[in-house]
Amino acid sequence: MKFTWFNLMPWPYLPDDFRAKHRSVWVDIPSTLYDPKKGHHVYHEYLDQLEYAETLGFDGIGCNEHHQNGYGLMPSPNLVAATLARRTSRAALCVIGNSIASYNPPIRVAEEFAMLDVISGGRLVAGFPVGTPMDTNFCYGQIPALTRDKYREAHDLIMKAWASDEPFAFDGKYNQLRWVNCWPKPIQKPHPPIYIPGGGSIETWDFCLDYDYNYSYLSFFGYLRGKSLLDGYWERVAKRGKDESPYRAAFAQIICVADTDAEAERLYAEHCLYFFNRCLHVFPPFADPAGYRTMATIKYGALAQLTLARQKILENLTWKQLVDERFIIAGSPETVRQQLEECIKGLHIGHLFCLFHNGDMPDWKTRHSTKLFAEKVMPHLRDMWPEWKHDERWWMHPMDDRIRPEERQPGAAKVGAEWPR
Amino acid sequence: MKWQVVETKKGTRCRVLEGGSGAPLVFFHGAGGLLRDNPFLDQLARGHHVFAPEWPGYGESAGEELLEDMLDFTLHGWDLVEALGLDQPHLVGHSMGGMIAAEMACVAPHDLARLVLVSPAGLWLDEHPIPDIFALLPYQIAEVLFHDPQQGQALLTGGADLSDMEALKEFYIGSQRRLAMAGKILFPIPNRRLSKRLYRLTAESLVLWGASDRLIVPAYAERWKALIPHARLEVIGDAGHMLPYEQPDQLVRAVSGFLQRAR
Repeated sequence: MKFTWFNLMPWPYLPDDFRAKHRSVWVDIPSTLYDPKKGHHVYHEYLDQLEYAETLGFDGIGCNEHHQNGYGLMPSPNLVAATLARRTSRAALCVIGNSIASYNPPIRVAEEFAMLDVISGGRLVAGFPVGTPMDTNFCYGQIPALTRDKYREAHDLIMKAWASDEPFAFDGKYNQLRWVNCWPKPIQKPHPPIYIPGGGSIETWDFCLDYDYNYSYLSFFGYLRGKSLLDGYWERVAKRGKDESPYRAAFAQIICVADTDAEAERLYAEHCLYFFNRCLHVFPPFADPAGYRTMATIKYGALAQLTLARQKILENLTWKQLVDERFIIAGSPETVRQQLEECIKGLHIGHLFCLFHNGDMPDWKTRHSTKLFAEKVMPHLRDMWPEWKHDERWWMHPMDDRIRPEERQPGAAKVGAEWPR
Repeated sequence: MKWQVVETKKGTRCRVLEGGSGAPLVFFHGAGGLLRDNPFLDQLARGHHVFAPEWPGYGESAGEELLEDMLDFTLHGWDLVEALGLDQPHLVGHSMGGMIAAEMACVAPHDLARLVLVSPAGLWLDEHPIPDIFALLPYQIAEVLFHDPQQGQALLTGGADLSDMEALKEFYIGSQRRLAMAGKILFPIPNRRLSKRLYRLTAESLVLWGASDRLIVPAYAERWKALIPHARLEVIGDAGHMLPYEQPDQLVRAVSGFLQRAR
């Protein structure tokens, strides 16, 4: 199993009456609720936590892209990954990812991801989400019905830019570039591992399988609800005649560890409820603009996915519900281990994106939960997939002799690097 | 009136509501599509040979994947006119249909008789931002579209019982399909730079507006009047954006009067 420590970077100062007073945490959230001076401390706290996770032995540290969003302070995840590239040297940098339909031209992503891969010594895991409708359509103005087409073109351009050793002309529908010549190129060949975060679009499964990309299901609603979707994915894997390596799939899960189950509730309940009640409070139409989902996906899920129903669930959540319905996995190390085993086996996943910082959780609680997990849970879950032990197809392949920038003093000269005279 | 299906050279298959006799008149519907009952078309058909095509992606019309941008929509409009075998028809367009009719008249100004734009989309005024129709809750739609939202709600659903899950599902799927198509020329801002091309219009033109239009407020009517100097403008009371459905008699009176007026 591979474990990635993920921080969504929520704004921890949403007021108590946020839900009652504002219709959405995303798109049209009042920007007056943001305070840049507090934000300075918030960013550093979150970045410190990501670096801390590396010291505890997490395989990866992760970030993602959201815009105009009160629970995701990373409009540019590449900036976050860039700071981490200079302060870490062992963990994979999982950028899950860049919403490539929104980049103009998307060659920018090929370049920035290549920079990250080079600076980090080949530690980049590159995510290419279609992008949520909130981000891609409402914040970045892309036409819903053309978003997937534009996404595919952006993907083709980026992959060709990485693969080609000659400048080439790209005559796309959305991008016309006479001279494509990606400089620099990534260290990892033929390209960094590609992760495709999917919500519930069935087209995404085939896309992942066409190219052998990892399929990442990023849900905040736990493995019981994620199961039907991942079952559908694995059915598709079998139908396509692909092997069943669990590393083809990743899942995101909120996790809270304490000494006992009761202690977990005492420590973490208010912060998890902050996350579900305030951070996921999205005006439903922003989540479902006509044309974003294909007719095939709409008919597949039909009304089951209607976001109004989901909003209803969020209104009066309790800790007990969160735990009983496994939205979150919380409790003593033993409880968490048992439930995660069920989650990992049930979903058949080799990668877990672990969400330890939730809502307005203070730093010390986040670290406490993370440390208990790293010491008392993670070691017991390492060998869940012995038959796939050596399957590294969906993980980073860094340089062996890479630099350890975090061990050097800022401004220090490199030993033995005098100019030849 | 009765339905027929025509196929365009490009390959779209469109359902067309046809009836009446007289000079040919093509009516282009707005982003919501034709409703179940369209009494103003029946009334117009008393004096004209009326053709009301559905855009691909609406109702039983197909081929929406063939149309992606404003030029595609515009040429599709003329492809339909050709497929119907019409010569110099009057073009009448409502809302999004008005936007397309105006574009058609800009690219081929001598191929139509007269032009009627009913609360057309296609312009943008910073001081009067148009509500985002792609971000409305179901109950908000009628409030934005109608002078009388309560009556409007009944018109929109065409009497379907939306407490029935199957009916709701069907309505939702149809609505997603329609607006997905409309979004290609209306999202995120319904302005594809038509204002740069309106100088080409030569056809005699009439602009009609509902006095209580809350979607595209009547200030836009003045802007259209300024951009098409020879256009006549008439504002009709007790009507919102869905003027053809809220005041069909007034609409038909104004349109017929304008179209039958001697040069």
